Amino acid sequence: MSSHATATLDHHNDPTTSTGIPNKKLLMWAFLASDCMFFGTLISTHMIYRLHPPPGNPDPRAVFDIPLTSFSTFILLMSSLMMALAVNAIQKGNVRSMRFSLLTTIFFGLIFLGCQVYEFSHFVHDKGLTISNSILGSTFYTLTGTHGLHVLIGVIWLTAMYFYSFTGRVTEKQAIDVESMGLYWHFVDIVWIVIFTVVYLLEYL
Amino acid sequence: MDATVKSSFIAEQPKAPAKPLVLWRPSAKTGLISWLTTVDHKRIGIMYGLFAIFFFLVGGIEALLIRLQLAVPNNDILTAHQYNTLFTMHGTTMIFLAVMPLGSAFFNFIMPLQIGARDVAFPRLNAFSLWTFVAGAIIVNIGWFLPEGAPDGGWFGYAPLTSKTFIPRHSIDFWVMGLQLLGVASIAAALNFIVTIINMRAPGLTMMRLPVFTWMTLITSFLIVLSFPAITIALVELMMDRQFGTNFFEVSNGGMPILWQHLFWIFGHPEVYILILPAMGIVSEILPTFARKPLFGYPIVVFSGACIGFLGFAVWSHHMFTTGMGTVATAAFSLATMAIAVPTGVKIFNWIGTIWGGHLKMRTPMMFALGFIWMFMIGGFSGVMHSAAPADAQQQDSYFVIAHFHYVLIGGSIFALLAAIHFWFPLMFGRKVSEFWGKLSFWAIFVGFNVTFFPMHFLGLNGMPRRTFTYDGNMGWNSANLIATVGAFILGVGIALYFAVVIYTFFKGEKTSRDPWDGRTLEWSIDTPPREYNFAVIPTVHARDAFWYEKHHKEEIAKEKAEHAQAEDSHGGIHMPFQSVWPLVASVGALVGGIAACYHNLAWSLVGLVILLAGIFLWALEGADGYHIHLDKDGNILDEDAHAKH
Repeated sequence: MSSHATATLDHHNDPTTSTGIPNKKLLMWAFLASDCMFFGTLISTHMIYRLHPPPGNPDPRAVFDIPLTSFSTFILLMSSLMMALAVNAIQKGNVRSMRFSLLTTIFFGLIFLGCQVYEFSHFVHDKGLTISNSILGSTFYTLTGTHGLHVLIGVIWLTAMYFYSFTGRVTEKQAIDVESMGLYWHFVDIVWIVIFTVVYLLEYL
Repeated sequence: MDATVKSSFIAEQPKAPAKPLVLWRPSAKTGLISWLTTVDHKRIGIMYGLFAIFFFLVGGIEALLIRLQLAVPNNDILTAHQYNTLFTMHGTTMIFLAVMPLGSAFFNFIMPLQIGARDVAFPRLNAFSLWTFVAGAIIVNIGWFLPEGAPDGGWFGYAPLTSKTFIPRHSIDFWVMGLQLLGVASIAAALNFIVTIINMRAPGLTMMRLPVFTWMTLITSFLIVLSFPAITIALVELMMDRQFGTNFFEVSNGGMPILWQHLFWIFGHPEVYILILPAMGIVSEILPTFARKPLFGYPIVVFSGACIGFLGFAVWSHHMFTTGMGTVATAAFSLATMAIAVPTGVKIFNWIGTIWGGHLKMRTPMMFALGFIWMFMIGGFSGVMHSAAPADAQQQDSYFVIAHFHYVLIGGSIFALLAAIHFWFPLMFGRKVSEFWGKLSFWAIFVGFNVTFFPMHFLGLNGMPRRTFTYDGNMGWNSANLIATVGAFILGVGIALYFAVVIYTFFKGEKTSRDPWDGRTLEWSIDTPPREYNFAVIPTVHARDAFWYEKHHKEEIAKEKAEHAQAEDSHGGIHMPFQSVWPLVASVGALVGGIAACYHNLAWSLVGLVILLAGIFLWALEGADGYHIHLDKDGNILDEDAHAKH
C-alpha cells in the first residue's frame, strides 16, 4: 500500500477545461474582480468626502484608535496565513490538519470582528461619531461595516466547511472548494489592508 | 516512504465516498415543476425571453400612455405624478426588464451551442440568476398594486429627489431593492458566462475562432461584472440615506448630490454598451448568413467590440456636461466620447464590407439587421452631436436626447433582438415565421418607429424639455407631438403584429428541417429544436464559422465524429446535470426579504434571509452531481436497461 505523503491529484491544472484553470477558481477570481469595483466605489466615496469636509466634520485623528486597529489588522493578516495552511493541508489530503487551520482562521476572524464591534461602540458612545451625525460617520461606518459583513460571510462559510468536514465528505477531491474559500478570505484581507491604509493611516501623513 | 511508519502527515485512508445531502432530487421532465427546477440553459433562455417579451409589452403600454398625454398641449389624461411614474417605469422596465433579459435569453440559449458545450459552467447558478431576475422584476413593479405607487423618481433616480425629504413614499425603496436584486441576477449570470466562454470551448475553438455573438457575450459580461458594483453602491448609499439617516446625498450635513450622478453614470454608461454590444453581435451573425459571405474584418470587429467596452468606462460624465464640472473635465469627457465613436464606426464599415459583393437573401432577419445598421447610424450621429459639450448645453434634458437614445435603443438594440427572434426561432422551436407576415410587421415597426422619434430631434432643438407632463400650446411643439403620438400607435400596432405572428408561428407555423438558413456557426449543426444534451458528439473546431467548415468537409468530420462518439461513450456516456429546486428557494428568500426590507419589517426580513441561506446551504450540500446518458444511432436517449448492458 503506497503512502500518501504527496498529493495524488493535480490541484493546479484541470485538463477538462480550455485553460486548465478549474471552473470554480475562475469563477471566484471573476467574482473578486467585481467585488474589487464594489469596494473601490465605497472607498472612492470616502476619499471624495475626505477632500470636501463640511464644517463641523469630526477630525478622524481625534476618533481613531490606531493601536487597536493595528492589532486587529495584524490578526486578520495572521488569519490569512492560517487559511493558506488550511488549503495546503487539504491539497495533501490531510483533513485533520485542515480542520485545525480552519478553526484558527475562524478564531482570528472572530477576534477581528470583535475588535470591530468594540471599535464601533467605542466611537459611537465615547467619541460621538454616529452613522448619521456626520459625513465621516456615514462613509466610515458604511465602508468598514460592509467590509465587516464580508468577513462575517467568510466566517460563516469557514464554519460551515469546518463542520462539514466531520461528515467525511471533505477529501482531497474537494480541495478546490477550500481553495475558493481561501481566495475569498485573502481578498477580504487585502481589501482591509487598503482600507486601513487609506482610511486610517492616511490621516496621519 | 516506509508503509509501516504512521505519521500524522500521511493522509487518512479515505472511507467509501459519502453521498451528498440531497433532500429532493426533482426528476420531472415535463410540467410546471420541471420548468421551476430546470438547470437547462435552453429552458432558462426561453423563460428569460418570455418574461422579457411580457415586460416589453408592459413598457410599451407605459409609453403609449405617455404619448397619449403629450398628443395635445395642456392635456389632462394623466396627473403630473402619474406621468412621473410612467416615464420612470417605462425606462426602468425597458432597460432592465425587457432589453437586458431578451439579450440574456440569447446568451443562454445560443452561446453554449456556439461553443460546442452541453450547458453553462454553473447550471444551478444560471437558474438562480433567472429566478432572482423575476424577484427583482416583481419588486420593481409591486408598487402598482400598493398605495405608495410604483417608482416615480426617474429611471436614473437622481439625488436629492429620491431622498426621504422629497419622496418619503416606499415607491423609491421598491426601485432601490428591485434594482439591487436585478443587479445580483445580472452579475451572477455574467460570471457564469465568463467562465463558460473562457473554459468550456470545444476542442479547436480558439478565441479568434469564436462566433462574434459569443465574443460580444463575453465582453458584455465583463462590462456587467465591472460596472454593476458602482450602481450597487450608489443604491446602498441611497438606501442608507433613506433608512438609516446617513448623509451621502444630504446637503445639510455635507453630502453632495452630484456624487449620485457620478456613481450612477459610471454604471449607466457601460450599461448602454451592455444593451448594444449583444445587438451588434447578433447583427454580425445575421449579415454573413444572409449575404452568404464571411464577416468582413473579423479580428477588427472583435477588437472594436473590446475597445467599445473598455472606452465605455471613460465617458460617463458626458451625461453631466451641464452640471458645472469645469472646463478640463468637460473637455476630457467630450474627447473620450468622440473617440468611442471610432470603433463603432469601424464596425459599421465592416458590416458594409460584409454585405458588399454578397449574394443577399432578403429574409425578415436580414431586413431587421439592415434596418439596424441604418437606424443605429442615425442614433450615432445624434450621439456624436451630444459629444460636443457646447452643443450638448442646448440638447441636454431636451427631446433631442430622447430621439438619440430611442434611435440607438429601438433602432439598434430592439431591431437586432427582433431580428434574432426570427433568425433563431427555427432552431429553438423547429418552426419558421412566415416571410410575408414577418416583413409586414417589420415595415409597420420601421415606419411607426421613425414617425415617432424623428420629429423629436426637432422638438428638442426647438427647446421642448424632457420629463414634463404637459406643454403650452403656443411653443410651436404641437404638430410634432401629435405626429409622434400617431407614430407611437403605428409602432404599437407593428409590435403587436410582430408578436401575434410569432405566437401563431409557435403553435401553427411551418415546420423546418435542420439548418434552414444555411448557417455558418455550430448552433445550426444540431436538431431543431435541440435535444436536451445539445450535441451527440462534442464537435472539434477547425476554423472560424465552424459549421460552414463542417458542411464543406463532410467526410473528414464524419470520421472525426465517429471516433469521438466512441471515446465519449466508453468514458461513461454524456454527463447531464441534475435539476434542482434550491436556486428557486434562494430567490424566493431574496424576494421575501427584499420586500420586507422596503417596509423596515425586521421579522419578515429575517424570514427572507433564513430562506435565502437555507436555499444556498442545501444547494451547496447537494453537490454539483449529474447522471450519464447513452445515445442510439439516431440520437435518442437509451433507457436505463440499455445502459446497464454497456
